[in-house]
Amino acid sequence: MDLALFIEKAIIILVVFGITMLIALYSTFGERIFASYFQDRLGPNRAGPGGILQPLADGVKMFTKEDFIPDTPNKFLFIFGPFLFMTTALVTSSVIPWGDTLNLFGRSIVLQAADINVAVLFVFGVVSIGVYGIMLGGWASNNKFSLLGAVRASSQMISYEVAMGLSIIAVLMLTGTLSLRSIVQQQHGFIDWSGSIPWFSWNVFKQPIAFMVFLICAFAETNRTPFDLPECESELVGGYHTEYSSMKLGFYLFAEYINMFISSALISLIFFGGFNYPGMDWVAGHIGGNVATLLGVGVMFAKTLFGIFFYMWVRWTVPRFRYDQLMNLGWKVLIPLSIANIVVTGAVILLTGK
Amino acid sequence: MATEFKSISLSGRKKDVSNKDMTFMEKLYLPAMAKGMGITLRHFFKPKVTIQYPEVKREFSPVYRGRHILMRDENGAERCTACGLCALSCPAEAITMTSGERKKGEENLYREEKYASTYEINMLRCIFCGLCEEACPKEAIFLTQDMPPADYQREGFIYGKEKLVMKNEQ
Repeated sequence: MDLALFIEKAIIILVVFGITMLIALYSTFGERIFASYFQDRLGPNRAGPGGILQPLADGVKMFTKEDFIPDTPNKFLFIFGPFLFMTTALVTSSVIPWGDTLNLFGRSIVLQAADINVAVLFVFGVVSIGVYGIMLGGWASNNKFSLLGAVRASSQMISYEVAMGLSIIAVLMLTGTLSLRSIVQQQHGFIDWSGSIPWFSWNVFKQPIAFMVFLICAFAETNRTPFDLPECESELVGGYHTEYSSMKLGFYLFAEYINMFISSALISLIFFGGFNYPGMDWVAGHIGGNVATLLGVGVMFAKTLFGIFFYMWVRWTVPRFRYDQLMNLGWKVLIPLSIANIVVTGAVILLTGK
Repeated sequence: MATEFKSISLSGRKKDVSNKDMTFMEKLYLPAMAKGMGITLRHFFKPKVTIQYPEVKREFSPVYRGRHILMRDENGAERCTACGLCALSCPAEAITMTSGERKKGEENLYREEKYASTYEINMLRCIFCGLCEEACPKEAIFLTQDMPPADYQREGFIYGKEKLVMKNEQ
């Protein structure tokens, strides 16, 4: 492996890591600000101009709290839980293409840490490991509420992973590839003129049902309202992280925001065309390829940030589901719906011969 | 009798709740959810009701009872004569005082021969009822429009004369 490629990838990984952390950090701030705006309040606006330093204050608070470890026979697992949850949340960002290729110093740089051809599978695999982080943490806490929260979390995540996987299959039947970069490149531009009927090229217009199912499952996977049963305060104290304090709790909360960021990035990649935007060919032809690529990165982040905003918007609109409602929705509605979607998609592909 | 009782609606706005089956559109939940999200989004852009306290102060009612003040008369002498009626009337027993005798040359400081050498109000006990103000025969104690500020120590809430007596206008 030549050195330039190594340096290039190292820089990309560091930048992606930094941006992920920064966005997760400011998501906590954004959540508080948006929450208060939805409730006709102003929110935290004292630390720095407009409250911009609030995440730092929160971080300092988290670090200086007492790091309490309960009397548990599994001290190692207790510490390992948040570590695993955080790691899996971060690892997913490695396969996400943040932009098209940049041409710098005579090299064409792919704005992606690793373009593997099974990226979608990789993401699903890593996300399902994330359940272990919650499960281990809840179990090692040696606390009934934590255990109940962990059981809820793991059963919820496993149930919704099924529907999520099935919903994505319909999309994969259209794209014919598991590489996230190819999936994005197939959604080039905004309107696809090549077919007999011009139609929007983004997958959300081709597979709206798959998108809805995927979106709902993403909410359940990231444990966000209306599916935040693992940590519902009214019944389970704090859910699986009841016994956690200090930075271990911070890791759990932080990883949740990273998961949010990654999942909205994934939604924008698979369904909203990622770094594609209307008129990108015109920009590439008239202004320059690098400008078009950088604009694409901006568009990608704009879509992702809107996804995070959407998460918060839903959180302050929809109340929490009851547990049986959650399971009914997952097993009796979403899974049959996505299977029907696969069948219909298959029939259409067979009939049109595409 | 029981059936009659059931149909009473004092407000005239009573609704009979029915458990009717939902239509297909209602079962989808998504239209209702979109409607709800429209409502929250409208609130997102609404003017906010928060009053940014230290910079902006809320306007109080003219009869608001805030922290106390011990008045001076027109010559700048303290009006309080340490009669103890405020302490007696105080339902929370927040007021304590000791009296002192005015010496020669202190006529400009204290209006009458007897004065309060110490006067303390425990702001954590005070319920701001205003009975001290009503009991005072010398119009010495009043409740103002201010709020007692926050403090880190409990001792800080025991207000002595240095905090209570009205500042001299000089």
